[in-house]
Amino acid sequence: MTEQTETKKDTVTVTVDGKTFEAAPGELVIAAAERHGIYIPRFCWHPRMKPVGMCRMCLVEIEGVRGLPPACTTPVAEGMVVDTRTPVVKKAQDGVLEFLLINHPLDCPVCDRGGECPLQDQTFSFGPGESRFVEEKRHFEKPIAISELVALDRERCIQCARCTRFADEVAGDPLISFVDRGDHTQVLTFPDDPFTSYFSGNTVQICPVGALTASPYRFKARPWDLDQVESTCSTCAVGCRVNLQSSQNDLVRMLGVDSEPVNHSWLCDKGRFGYQAVEHDGRVTHPLVRKGDELIEASWSEAYAAAAKGLADVRDLHGAGAIAFLGGARGTNEDAYAWAKLAKGVLATDSVDCQLDDGLPAAAVLGLPRATIDDACRAKAVLLLGPDLKEELPVLYLRLREAVVDGGVAVVELGPQSTGMTRHAKTTLLYRPGEAVEVARALTSGRDPMPDAGGVRGEELAAAAGILGRAGEGVVVVLGRPSVAESGRTVAEAAAVIAAAWPQARFLPALRRGNVMGALDMGLAPGVLPGRVGLDAGREWFSQEWGVLPEEPGLDAAGIVGAAAEGRVQALVLLGADPINDFPDRTLARRALAGAGFVVAVDTFLTDSSREADVVLPAAMYGEKAGTTTNIEGRVTRVNQKVTAPGTVRSDWIIAAELAQRLGGDLGFDSTAAVWAEIARLAPSHVGLTADVLGRRENRDGVVAPYEGEGPPRHEAPVEQIEAAAAVHQGETLPSEAVAGAPEHAAVDEPSDDDDPAGAGRPPLLTFAVGDAGSTAAPPAVDAYALRLVAGRRLYDNGVTVRHSAHLAGLAPSPRLRANPYDLDRLGLGTGDRVRVTSSRTTLTLEVAADTGIPRGSVALPFNLPGEGAADLIDGTQPVTDLRVETTN
Amino acid sequence: MARLTQENVERAREIISRYPASRSALLPLLYLAQEQDGWIDDSAMEHIGDLLDLTPAQVLGTCSFYTMFKRQPVGRHLVSVCTNIACLLNGGYELLEHAEARLGVVVDETTPDGEFTLEEVECLADCDRAPCLQVNYRFFGNVTHDDFDRLVDDLRAGRLAETVPAHGVLNREQPPPVSVRRADAPHGAGD
Amino acid sequence: MAFRDAPDILTSRLRYEDSHTLERFLATGGYDGLRAAVARPADEIVEEVKTSGLRGRGGAGFATGQKWSFLPADVFPRYLVVNGDEGEPATFKDHMLIERDPHQLIEGIAIASYAIKCTKAFLYLRGEFALGHERMSRALREAYTHGALGRNVFGSGFDIDIVLHPGAGAYICGEETALLSSLEGFRGEPRIRPPFPAVKGLYQKPTVVNNVETLANMAWIVLNGGAAYAALGQGRSTGTRLLSLSGHVNRPGNYEVELAKSTFRDLFYDPALGGGIKGGREVKAFIPGGASAPWFGPDQLDCPLDLDEVQQRGSMMGSGSVVVMDETTCPVRAAWRITKFFAHESCGKCTPCREGSGWLEKVLRRIELGAGREEDLDLLLDVCDNLAPGLSWPPGQTTICVLGPSIPSPIYTSIRMFRDEYLTHVKEGGCPFS
Ligand SMILES: Cc1cc2nc3c(=O)[nH]c(=O)nc-3n(C[C@H](O)[C@H](O)[C@H](O)COP(=O)(O)O)c2cc1C
Ligand code: SF4
Ligand code: FES
Repeated sequence: MTEQTETKKDTVTVTVDGKTFEAAPGELVIAAAERHGIYIPRFCWHPRMKPVGMCRMCLVEIEGVRGLPPACTTPVAEGMVVDTRTPVVKKAQDGVLEFLLINHPLDCPVCDRGGECPLQDQTFSFGPGESRFVEEKRHFEKPIAISELVALDRERCIQCARCTRFADEVAGDPLISFVDRGDHTQVLTFPDDPFTSYFSGNTVQICPVGALTASPYRFKARPWDLDQVESTCSTCAVGCRVNLQSSQNDLVRMLGVDSEPVNHSWLCDKGRFGYQAVEHDGRVTHPLVRKGDELIEASWSEAYAAAAKGLADVRDLHGAGAIAFLGGARGTNEDAYAWAKLAKGVLATDSVDCQLDDGLPAAAVLGLPRATIDDACRAKAVLLLGPDLKEELPVLYLRLREAVVDGGVAVVELGPQSTGMTRHAKTTLLYRPGEAVEVARALTSGRDPMPDAGGVRGEELAAAAGILGRAGEGVVVVLGRPSVAESGRTVAEAAAVIAAAWPQARFLPALRRGNVMGALDMGLAPGVLPGRVGLDAGREWFSQEWGVLPEEPGLDAAGIVGAAAEGRVQALVLLGADPINDFPDRTLARRALAGAGFVVAVDTFLTDSSREADVVLPAAMYGEKAGTTTNIEGRVTRVNQKVTAPGTVRSDWIIAAELAQRLGGDLGFDSTAAVWAEIARLAPSHVGLTADVLGRRENRDGVVAPYEGEGPPRHEAPVEQIEAAAAVHQGETLPSEAVAGAPEHAAVDEPSDDDDPAGAGRPPLLTFAVGDAGSTAAPPAVDAYALRLVAGRRLYDNGVTVRHSAHLAGLAPSPRLRANPYDLDRLGLGTGDRVRVTSSRTTLTLEVAADTGIPRGSVALPFNLPGEGAADLIDGTQPVTDLRVETTN
Repeated sequence: MARLTQENVERAREIISRYPASRSALLPLLYLAQEQDGWIDDSAMEHIGDLLDLTPAQVLGTCSFYTMFKRQPVGRHLVSVCTNIACLLNGGYELLEHAEARLGVVVDETTPDGEFTLEEVECLADCDRAPCLQVNYRFFGNVTHDDFDRLVDDLRAGRLAETVPAHGVLNREQPPPVSVRRADAPHGAGD
Repeated sequence: MAFRDAPDILTSRLRYEDSHTLERFLATGGYDGLRAAVARPADEIVEEVKTSGLRGRGGAGFATGQKWSFLPADVFPRYLVVNGDEGEPATFKDHMLIERDPHQLIEGIAIASYAIKCTKAFLYLRGEFALGHERMSRALREAYTHGALGRNVFGSGFDIDIVLHPGAGAYICGEETALLSSLEGFRGEPRIRPPFPAVKGLYQKPTVVNNVETLANMAWIVLNGGAAYAALGQGRSTGTRLLSLSGHVNRPGNYEVELAKSTFRDLFYDPALGGGIKGGREVKAFIPGGASAPWFGPDQLDCPLDLDEVQQRGSMMGSGSVVVMDETTCPVRAAWRITKFFAHESCGKCTPCREGSGWLEKVLRRIELGAGREEDLDLLLDVCDNLAPGLSWPPGQTTICVLGPSIPSPIYTSIRMFRDEYLTHVKEGGCPFS
């Protein structure tokens, strides 16, 4: 039964319908044939899921094989001869189609899938004529809602199990199942347990018929009215490839595109349905200028004049350092570059931060050796020191989950609370908030036995270290912010400790905002300039082109908010930023907005923060503008425009350029293309990455920066090569050198004029080492009466996208304070009780819930849910926030 | 009602320990619930899901595949009349019709007093005694119409309680515990 | 009860009322086979079974020794799974073996486990066999106490556990891969092959699936030698087997017969066996091997009870159940009822079987009830052909498992044999037999 081939060839020769070609051993006949232009009809087979061979539509004849094997479960073999068009095959396929149609309703005219339905299409191309079935069709109650987002019409279902397999195999949320059997089989959820998967929309996309439909799309359009472009989702920083579809200038649907290195065709529901926000009628469509207590609609020129005057006055009175920019991580790279140039090159302030103290210091993100998603999925082990990926970077979670479940990648999780990844992790080390650095030190110490550290027992640390190995070889660290209630600096310092101890480890940033990586790359952070260079290192290079530059490093978001609260920052420019909701410490954010004398908000909606502004400049949203974006890997892809923006809304980069003029500057570009051209010419990590290069067919999935010219893209370098290069540095002791020696940095750190004629004088890219995170204050000693706060985000939150997407808005959970049952017992509390929670900032009344995924001594409260919550409690001036929890009576 | 009792949870744990993978215990645990309540309701499925780390949908998917798991209450006596080929040839349908008339219900209904649920079933593997039926999965063969009437009377009067326990009780003997528990089950080589 | 001179291999104890007790079992040589087996190298037992020529009694008739040797050499753990789901209509032999001689099966399972070097066996027992579950549970307990199961069987160092697992009412779980899915706690849906269970079976580990009757032979083969077994029967049909005889015969029951040495006529008419047709009527048709098997007409009465011979003539001995239909039988009604069975039992995983079974059942019911059309006969045959291309035996297949292509068996054979009677239903608007 087991075959043994004497000589192992890399390929096998097969013949399909008379066409002979090479295929990879193990490749399925259906896929191999398709690559050579022979389409074998199918319903159940999906290239991203395991074959099940259920629908029997793909039956073929194979010489020497009895019967009609399915092409979707049969791997190619040397010398195999396949026929997909013989009369026997044709009859079998007609037969299967007829079988599928006997119980299928004839409601194509009112079915969402009508016009793009493989069953309909194949009935035309393969099927028999009219039905010989004169019996009564099977009946089910017409569409039932299986979740807020998905409706199920069981009469249309052809039982291909794509949805149930997706839910189980890919999403890991087996909430839909086949129920009953035989021709009574139906897909169902458990009563009162709806299909509340973050990934439910994928089932709609892969359902080959109209059995599953998306509530947001139902009856919105017919396929022939749709117009589409390929783009990149910008809801989070995974950067899934999508098809953006519109009908009559309305976005109506997003479909996942199969990008091999990124999303494998999947999307999360927030990404898929978040386009509804674009269509929301609450958009700011015209500039607004404050007159007394009110924001009054104004013309662009009035608004620009007001904005420019306010900023210029502050600059003239208090100096450029009194102007600060917050935000900018939601636009395109072009937008980010334009704002960076305005801030740093025109106004000469370096107090610019695209993050809101809810991410990681720019130096760490930009300076650590980078890994791609594929690197992580093929790693020997992954160390996850970051947020709950399922909540913040959902498709990265899918990719990693698959790598664990199918690829056996070992995940070691290091965080203050358990997450969606915990059940897949080999081990989860729950540390005491604020003590990530101690844990990182112990973990990489190589000591035996290992001491306890940061609340984690030594044995657990030793076990984890055993999985990760000694030198970080083959280890990818997925690095983000596990909780906004503890300082991001400690996480960055922990990363620096790991990088120093394990020179071969590489890092995949896990930051969430759509284009946060692009914004960092484009210089929207203090101390850096576009193209991943430091302010000083890049000073000469940029001042030639930009003219002025900030004299000295500016403030980061925490510094800006703090300074504004104290009146030291006098003018704030909010680039789609809503500090009142997104900055960890709401009390401070409110004071900052009150304290800044002059606030300009460039925004799409009026938020709690932009409502406080003096001038509001309405900006274009996703789908309304073109450009590029950059994902967590540094992968640059295109985003495209599909619809026209409402009112007089403009793209950010245009607003920046026009405002610059009013401020006496000239950004020097007049089109998106021109902005990109400047980036590809100037930004050291992006030099040579022209629109032309990006537009190439082979770069359809984007190009990972730093761009290295014509050579093979960095991420495709064979693993051996990377390992060999890394091995060279193994004997060396200086971690920073070893980091710099990693191949992706080698070329740029030591620019050689020979290889890179355009690169003469190009500044070196940033590297990050111990100490670069800045000093971190140690957390205060644990107070036996206090519980330490952990605040992570939920996918459905109070953010602009969710709040303004009709079908997502209701999905945000209500906040509950979760604590270890031990602690609740100690306090005499149980799930459902209401408690008074007091921090140095305020007191709230909240409901508690027991959760064994929270370590003793900590409590978790989601950040940024509607209403009062973690942001009100967090004291951003402290490394951690301690809470007192008391019964309400 | 219908979560497993503490005692049954203990039994469930023992059953789970017999298998190399806990999900294998799903059918036995569904039987446990059915033994407890005579049928399997939603909260039993949820509880079993908790014990086996499965979603209720996974439990339902498996449960609903099998005809012996009743997701609606059934009578104390489940009367299963075979009409498959050997019984068909020997009066199985006539027996079924007689049963409907005698009990005053049609197939898949329960008598108003909750004593009997009548069902038509596939071959019971007792074909040499066709027509045959089962009551709570206990066999009765060569059943004449008179036999059937007597059987109903006896069951109602509790005269057969020894041979026919209440619906849901499949096995009154405990199978032996296994000697190699899951914890020390050999994995990899050297089984 | 063996026919003619062959020994009672499987049924030797059945003459005793207390055949299911350990006492009776031990008094009649019980567990001697296991003692003998564990004293020999495991590979020798495999060889004995190969020599015996024993072919599986579950339906497919695959050589047992050969199946065992497909297990990859060095992969452990591996499992033996015993198929006691007996659901093929009119088959009731395993039911008897389990209730009446549970220790014989336990002994067979232990011997087979020893031979294939596994330490955990699962007995998947049809749910409806409540008494079987009780008898088997008790017997298993006794066997552990007796030292025949558990750690260190009879001091030999061999460990074996048998886990009794209940089915729950699904014929398809008799199909070996569906059985494995069910045993793993899933819906009883067959799996795609390859990989075959021998390579990746239960929990993705090498697994042998054997029928109850197959394993009940083990002690005899060990004690008497494979050659003695092979000396019974003829050609590739060696040994004896249990035939479940039912329908219109005077003496329905299980009969252990030596293979190939007698014919269906013998089986039906011999006074020690079927004892003739009820009421002295004629055989109209019979099913030689379970509901899945194509029907035979009276012209095949002299076909020997030989697996290959029956197959050559277009049907199979399958699970060993033989159903006799006399002249009072309505072939449409009989074919409809069997089709109804398949429609009820199709797991629903693959399209042709899920949709085809229900369709065929509806058309047959319509004909039986008098709403048939002449073109329905061609329709039936054509739909059958879409399940089992070519309508021959063994069947061509458009489905995952053999349930699907079995559905056509009664339909096309009954139409071929009794087309006129079908047409009478159509013309007279109903069943002429009722
Ligand atoms: C639909 C279907 C039902 C089956 N039912 C049974 C059964 O009830 N008992 C059985 O032993 N084999 C049954 N089989 C055969 C099994 O798949 C398998 O071949 C057999 O258990 C192997 O055991 P053996 O080699 O000892 O015969 C069935 C096969 C099919 C396709
Ligand atoms: S042939 Fe029928 S029983 Fe077999 S897998 Fe297909 S649907 Fe299930
Ligand atoms: S696509 Fe191959 S069986 Fe469905």
